[in-house]
Amino acid sequence: MTAFFQSLGMSYEGAWFTSTIAGILLIAFPVMLAVAMIIYADRKIWAAMALRKGPNVVGPFGLLQSFADGIKVFLQETIIPSAANRGLFLIAPIITFTVALMAWAVIPFDVGVVLSDINVGLLYILAISSLGVYGVVIAGWASNSKYPFFSAMRASAQMISYEVSIGFVLISVVLWAGSFNLGVIVESQKGYFGFLNGNGFNPLLFPMAVVFLISAMAETARAPFDLTEAESELVAGYQTEYSSMAFALYWLGEYANVILMCALNAILFWGGYLPPLDIDLIPWFDIPGIIWLFAKILVFFFIFSWVKATVPRYRYDQLMRLGWKIFLPLSLGWVVLVSGFLMFTRYGGAA
Amino acid sequence: MIHVLAFYLFATVVIASGAMTIFSRNPVHSVLWLILAFFNAAGLMILLGAEFIAMLLVIVYVGAVAVLFMFVVMMLDIDFAELRAGFVNYLPFGIAIAVVLLAEIVLGVGIWSAGPIELAQRAAPVTGEVSNIQAIGALLYTRYIFLFEAAGIVLLVAMVGAIVLTHRARGGVRGQNIDKQNRRRPQDAVRNVKQPVGQGVEL
Repeated sequence: MTAFFQSLGMSYEGAWFTSTIAGILLIAFPVMLAVAMIIYADRKIWAAMALRKGPNVVGPFGLLQSFADGIKVFLQETIIPSAANRGLFLIAPIITFTVALMAWAVIPFDVGVVLSDINVGLLYILAISSLGVYGVVIAGWASNSKYPFFSAMRASAQMISYEVSIGFVLISVVLWAGSFNLGVIVESQKGYFGFLNGNGFNPLLFPMAVVFLISAMAETARAPFDLTEAESELVAGYQTEYSSMAFALYWLGEYANVILMCALNAILFWGGYLPPLDIDLIPWFDIPGIIWLFAKILVFFFIFSWVKATVPRYRYDQLMRLGWKIFLPLSLGWVVLVSGFLMFTRYGGAA
Repeated sequence: MIHVLAFYLFATVVIASGAMTIFSRNPVHSVLWLILAFFNAAGLMILLGAEFIAMLLVIVYVGAVAVLFMFVVMMLDIDFAELRAGFVNYLPFGIAIAVVLLAEIVLGVGIWSAGPIELAQRAAPVTGEVSNIQAIGALLYTRYIFLFEAAGIVLLVAMVGAIVLTHRARGGVRGQNIDKQNRRRPQDAVRNVKQPVGQGVEL
């Protein structure tokens, strides 16, 4: 895109700046739109599983429900508790929302279609997702209220615990692909058994795909791991004192994170923008990669929604046990297994 | 141009937030300023082309260490008045440390400007094509493998030590037995009773 702006007669730096800004807007707006639609989809899926109709009044099939909700919260009054730490109280939702959008910079939507093609892409995503916890912790502390504070404590412990196993899962994928760059990771998933695209079809990596899917739910605090906003214990968790747009920012950030985690599942284990079958049966390779990526994201989102509609919430000690006593040893062992396998097959066994 | 702008932005924010870490009266604010300083230091490292170190700084320090700092600081019950009363007592020590650090910085800058030091074992500079993850790995796991593993063992010992120091066996704790809970079936827990009127339920 820089070349295009340069052809309009800008200097290189001006063109780079303009194209980066344009790229950011080109990603951020569709993500926001996707969040609005995915909230609608989420509610429709729960409704279908509970034999209800779900949102069906605003717009055709209730499609505009999310926008109506958005306008509603926008028009409400922003209430700041008098005992709250005013500055931090307002910064916290902004942090959550910004961080949720930041990680999209390194997601490849098609061959070469990525805002920032850096060689530490996956580390960048780990770094950004580890920032997500601050929005919650600061909110809990700044609210100066008991339940939000409990929720913040839970959230930080939960996110740190699951980040550890996510880190090891990512390491085994990186070992296999030989790169931290997400584009290279996607390309490395071509042609399992000659016709399948995706690390998930690799028997050695499939267990890690499952661990990653479950850890992704814990990391985004979705059901069954939504202990940070367990309403029977903590009112509404860290969001209790929030209203109006500040609340909406949490809502949007949360769903942007969920879509991001779905995209990561698709990219790391199920071939990202590659078609799932590597055979040219129908004009299969003419379908743009971005459609495949979106389809995979939707499949994973359906799984997230499905789990939320059907699985009861974990107890906190169960959550910690799963993270530290099951996932951590499993993923740590798997790193050894994958690297050992690669030493034998790819590098000839000599250390 | 953008590099220069970015450098001054990051550098100013690092220094300003470092100063705010010391001067802010609320310890939670201090930790948050510290996090901002870490984050901008990572930005400076990216400008130097050390993207791996930058990402590790954010993941390890911002993502894990600082969260634990905040965890602790938030739950501390600190009497600020008492803390500030002790400020004058520690002033001489603080000034002494500051003088030592200043002297070291002056020395360091002086040596740096006097020219490079000729070390016999210095590693060759990395060529441009190798990404610095590979460069660090190639060096860390060959030349510095023993130092690297020694550092790992020191950390392991520290971890074990921390657990030993803080662990205390408490009596009367009824832990969760997850296996037992998972093995529990409805017929173990539920019983259908045809209860006659006028008698208590047999438990």
